[in-house]
Amino acid sequence: MTDRQRRAAIEGWYTLEKDQPHLLGSRCVACGTFFFPKLSTFCRNPVCDSTAFESVPLSRTGRLWSYTSASYQPPEPYVAAVPFVPFAIAAVTLEHEKMTVLGQVVEGCGVDQLQVGMQMELVVETLHQTEALDVVVWKWRPLGALTGSAS
Amino acid sequence: MSRDVVVLGVGMHPWGKWGRHFVEYGVHAARAALADAGVEWREVGFISGAATMRCGYPGYVAGATFAQALGWQGAEVNTSYAACASGSQALAAARAKILAGDCEVALVVGADTTPKGFLAPAKGYRPDDPDWVRFYVGITNPTYFALYARRRMALYGATEQDFTAIKVKNAAAGVHNVNARYRKAFSADEVMSSAMVADPLRLLQICATSDGGAAVVIASAAYAKRLGVKRPVRIAAISTVTPRFASGEVEMPDIATDSAVAAEAHSFRASIALKAYAEAGIGPEDVSLAEVYDLASSMELDWYEYLHLCKTGEAEGLLRSGATAIGGRIPVNPSGGLASFGEAVPAQALAQVCEVVWQLRGAAGARQVKKAKVGITANQGLFGHGSSVLLKR
Repeated sequence: MTDRQRRAAIEGWYTLEKDQPHLLGSRCVACGTFFFPKLSTFCRNPVCDSTAFESVPLSRTGRLWSYTSASYQPPEPYVAAVPFVPFAIAAVTLEHEKMTVLGQVVEGCGVDQLQVGMQMELVVETLHQTEALDVVVWKWRPLGALTGSAS
Repeated sequence: MSRDVVVLGVGMHPWGKWGRHFVEYGVHAARAALADAGVEWREVGFISGAATMRCGYPGYVAGATFAQALGWQGAEVNTSYAACASGSQALAAARAKILAGDCEVALVVGADTTPKGFLAPAKGYRPDDPDWVRFYVGITNPTYFALYARRRMALYGATEQDFTAIKVKNAAAGVHNVNARYRKAFSADEVMSSAMVADPLRLLQICATSDGGAAVVIASAAYAKRLGVKRPVRIAAISTVTPRFASGEVEMPDIATDSAVAAEAHSFRASIALKAYAEAGIGPEDVSLAEVYDLASSMELDWYEYLHLCKTGEAEGLLRSGATAIGGRIPVNPSGGLASFGEAVPAQALAQVCEVVWQLRGAAGARQVKKAKVGITANQGLFGHGSSVLLKR
């Protein structure tokens, strides 16, 4: 397969490296709270007055807090393949940031391959395609699994 | 006591998929509640509407829309929008007006006409709106319900049979409710053989969206006394708290929780009823029945714990003991719940209040909870909205 051009589904939320991509968050320089998506205005910690943030890549790995599937086709703006291909969804807790982030699970990995507490890692994979390019998004996959690496 | 605000009347338009204008349901419910109260519309000093976002401008100004439909009579007006908690906020506004001494009797109304299928966000490319982003990446409302359900299975040993048992229990109660959309008993087999929507949740364990309307007439204790009402149901507390930072659970429509690096993680849903109990000086041990938001059957288990009807991790045991069915120690969703109604967003929190009022009056017929003295409602929805109403008689 020739390499198709890729574009982020949501600009600025994650890096696009095929190897070891990151979610892009921000961190309050005063209280240390992380934010995803990025925050650049006022810290949401009610005891912190800060308006200064630094951009930070978030941890690439975390523990599976819970998971489910999208067995029915979601409504727009989701762009579904024809026919619709069900996918799994993961909520992954990042230990360092003490936050849980949702995302699709990579293609080919169903709920039967998931277990609460297992280690997951971040990848970037196609969300949907246009004629010219692949529109890519962050997804989760079991750490060390071989599925979903090609995109 | 001067802080007493009483419920004089309640009324509903039956839930369904009628496809008519929401104002018709609201006015039907309002007229039923006024008749139940024995209060003329022209006596009402404050009308408080719960807004709907799906029916155009009249829905955004629901209070005035209902007032016009009932006939302009100069009452002061309010409209509240707070997703699932809209009805409770509209009720809280009316109660505050009475407590402030600004009016003696108020009418609270919520009604909705809903589209078919999944609730979807506003259109356009809008990456700044978390509600838009999550739908774009394929995360629907049942996704969140299912994440909580799967977490319960892993932590507390909940089973698909438990989720099914809740649907079966609530459907059995709903059979006896003339205002319910689905007045049909379901067997466990029927539930378990329905299509998987969001693993582990199946179609018959997830609530539909419905059309419907509900209304409540409330008044000062002095007004009720002048009317000669004996032993009215009283509003003991209303909670409309926001979450506390850091919110530690993934909440619709967010993609991520707060980071709990600088502040302790809190559970929003667990905080909602605590404020109501504290305000009323009533404890969970005093509660006779509860109406909770079973958006998915599995979430009823979470609510047992959030209402402190049992300890964390013991909800499955409480369900399996039969305590939460009609005839049990603490019946939950004797109305039939969302399982039997489907959700009509701005009407639902008021429908919960209607059911508790009928139960406390001993007027709930075949679904009557024996010796009901105190009832609590609870719900939670998009963007940090949640509410709980405590009623007593």
